[in-house]
Amino acid sequence: MTLSSTNFTFVSRLVRQEASIILEPGKEYLVEGRLLTLARKAGAQNVDEYLQQVQSRPDPIANHMIVDALTTNETSWFRDREPFQALTDTVLPNLVTNRANHRGLRIWSAACSSGQEPYSIAMLLEDAIPAGWRYEIMASDISSEMIKRAETGEFSQVEMNRGLPAQLLVRHFERHGASWRIAPSLRRSVTFRRLNLSTPIPSHQPFDVIFLRNVLIYFDVSTKRSVLHNVSQLLRPDGWLFLGAAETTIGIDERFERVPAGRASAYRLRTPAPLSAVGKG
Amino acid sequence: MRVILVDDSRAMRMILRRIVGQLGFEIMEAEDGQAALEAVTNSENVPDLALIDWNMPRMNGLELVCALRDDPRTRDMTLVMVTTEGEQSQIVRALAAGAHEYVIKPFTSDSMVEKLALLGLVPNEAENAQTGA
Repeated sequence: MTLSSTNFTFVSRLVRQEASIILEPGKEYLVEGRLLTLARKAGAQNVDEYLQQVQSRPDPIANHMIVDALTTNETSWFRDREPFQALTDTVLPNLVTNRANHRGLRIWSAACSSGQEPYSIAMLLEDAIPAGWRYEIMASDISSEMIKRAETGEFSQVEMNRGLPAQLLVRHFERHGASWRIAPSLRRSVTFRRLNLSTPIPSHQPFDVIFLRNVLIYFDVSTKRSVLHNVSQLLRPDGWLFLGAAETTIGIDERFERVPAGRASAYRLRTPAPLSAVGKG
Repeated sequence: MRVILVDDSRAMRMILRRIVGQLGFEIMEAEDGQAALEAVTNSENVPDLALIDWNMPRMNGLELVCALRDDPRTRDMTLVMVTTEGEQSQIVRALAAGAHEYVIKPFTSDSMVEKLALLGLVPNEAENAQTGA
């Protein structure tokens, strides 16, 4: 059964308004697939019937659940590998030199989904940062459901199979019934927050590294610009930004420049031109 | 690249064959550890990779891992356990015996490709095509 155009329009407006995400016609299958579980839980025969119920009895909680269902994505451990390799081989040696007095690092995983990205970073830092250093990881997502899940630090067997080396599994996880639970020390190293990246972000201490991967692809250009503006306010002047492989700041926010980082690319804030150079030429 | 699929379940070998076949591997099969050991040691071209079940008649997967590690001709093979045995102590035993990776059934095609990619056995293009990246 195909979703009616009225219901598709309702969902695409809602998701655009609440999460700045563009759902173009042709994505009806995605809406149906993502909302089927909610429809069944609500006792509806199908997604169309469920969306009719929601529109006839406006309810902010139901709207929130729809946005959640459409903004959460499958993920894996050390997803795409290269950015994590770049973090170990290029970024950390640079920061360890630059922060030698402070001996601390702050990292933000800006669309953490069910938590694999921030916990992957934590596992990597456990091995890679020098003794006596501290690190803090903030992990955020627009979906409160995902934040709740990620905070538990529990993962199913199917999730554990997605890209996690067996050596790290036995070292950092414990069996907990049918699932696996991350070690308490790693769990404590990550702080979770619900954040909408396209709206002004509450002030935080700036970060040394920001992972903002596979987020910009969902937004139109003006929203991408707002998100990058918000992110730039929270990145240290000599910090590093990682985007997804299909994403870039080029043509959107010229304050960033793309730099090679191992086999990956990262983005850094351009050094401001010296005052004497301004206006020349 | 050559792979040997070692599992007493024909259905499981079929599933694995489909996954590694799409990655371009040449495929050998064996239905238990003993048959795998004979096939590998009698082969002119030792496989690069073995995907090994744990519970099999005659010789189990853990015994096969030990035998392949002990033989200079097969010592450099990459060994991946693919099993329903999911206790932490069993994973530790398999890694200590010489397995490089461990996949607990049930698994998805994507997760198997990701594991093989971790081991450097999948060209990037093939990985992206499989996982839809």
